[in-house]
Amino acid sequence: MTREPPVLSIRGLRKSFGAVEVLRGIDLDVQPRELVFVIGPSGSGKSTLLRCCNRLEEPSNGSIHFDGTDILSPRTDINAVRRRIGMVFQNFNLYPHMTAAGNVMLALRQVLKKDRREAEAIAGEALARVGLADKRGAYPNELSGGQQQRVAIARALALEPKAVLFDEPTSALDPELVGSVLQVMRDLRQAGMTMVVVSHEMGFARAAADRVVFMDQGEIVEQGPPDTVFGAPRHARTRAFVEQIVRH
Amino acid sequence: MSQWDRFAETFFNGAVMARYLPDIVAGFFVTVWLAVLVFLAGLALGLALALVRSLRVRPLNALIVLYVDLFRALPPLVIIVLLYFAMPNAGWSPSGFVATWLALTLVLSAFAEEIFWAGILAVPKGQWEAARSTGLGFAATLGWVVLPQAVRVTIPPLTNRTIAITKGTALGSVVAVSEILASAQTAVSFSFNPSPLMLGAAAYIVLFFPVVLFGRWVETRFAWKR
Repeated sequence: MTREPPVLSIRGLRKSFGAVEVLRGIDLDVQPRELVFVIGPSGSGKSTLLRCCNRLEEPSNGSIHFDGTDILSPRTDINAVRRRIGMVFQNFNLYPHMTAAGNVMLALRQVLKKDRREAEAIAGEALARVGLADKRGAYPNELSGGQQQRVAIARALALEPKAVLFDEPTSALDPELVGSVLQVMRDLRQAGMTMVVVSHEMGFARAAADRVVFMDQGEIVEQGPPDTVFGAPRHARTRAFVEQIVRH
Repeated sequence: MSQWDRFAETFFNGAVMARYLPDIVAGFFVTVWLAVLVFLAGLALGLALALVRSLRVRPLNALIVLYVDLFRALPPLVIIVLLYFAMPNAGWSPSGFVATWLALTLVLSAFAEEIFWAGILAVPKGQWEAARSTGLGFAATLGWVVLPQAVRVTIPPLTNRTIAITKGTALGSVVAVSEILASAQTAVSFSFNPSPLMLGAAAYIVLFFPVVLFGRWVETRFAWKR
């Protein structure tokens, strides 16, 4: 069996905000169709790691290759890379002045230069994929949190990304709305999407993740299959964190 | 003659009003023309400055802030007088109309820049990030995502400021622009009767009342529930 090259390859990644070093040498490979779950206490650098992957944060040091492209090289067209990496945010960040379809279509029209009809067709498909075919004309303020987050996922999927980054996608949702978003993520995994998820949804991680990465104080402390990391963590720090989460 | 008759005779003298109405109407159109030019140039310049400021180039921003603070601090009348009476010494002699237009444009652009800039800042950072993460560039993000939201929150303060500053067209009377106030004052001097001033006041109401109503309509039209 030939091993495919990783979609995302991070080496020696460091990031400082002023005097504070938030990422202290991260090495991480993400294989095609893999779902990697990143957990850790707040302030451990999970979100920063994710945001470095499409250069929403500028890393201080190290290298990140995405789909064979060195994304930190000054010669790389970062906008071209970003449209192949989807990103889903904790607060959805939908454009409030556009409908659900408008949100999905903006990048299709402006970045991929699709004509209106084609963009509308793609937006319709993407919204159907997240179960919101009937909401294309709705504005974000007319949608529940769960629906908004699914529109945000559709916005990312419409560009046919090679991978999607999820930054605490369910943290801002009421508990009863979390399920619909997780279901969409589960479907995505079934469809073979490569995903990196920062989240506290341990149940989902156990059920769906291929690998769980535990971060603390800017470092990867431990990683492995969910059963191992949650069931039999090797490091004291992981154990303490997992116990806290489970008790909670 | 009753007191009321004396009052009416003084302030609402039909004969005087009829005689000077054409002058006031002519002044009305000068004011409209001046106000429209100030409005267009002031807002365009203010928006342009806010856009340049959003690039966050330090030396440029320092200049913009200096410009904005200067023209917000100076009374418009002072700027008009400086342009009209001092610039000829520097080899440029603007007409009263041009001096008034330029002075009010500079002042409006300074206030408009601050308002637009505040509007741009009021758009959450997540909106930038969402757009940039889908591959939109800086300009496309600004144009499609940030400005449409920024402009909405700026409409109420911008309407107020625009009305306040375009009313400053009356200051043109100091440098011989025959707009409403100057026409009215001239008519008063010739007729020894203040009735033309009442005509002038009426002309300002005719001019600015629709603007106020329009501002209100735009505010409700573009407000959206959160």
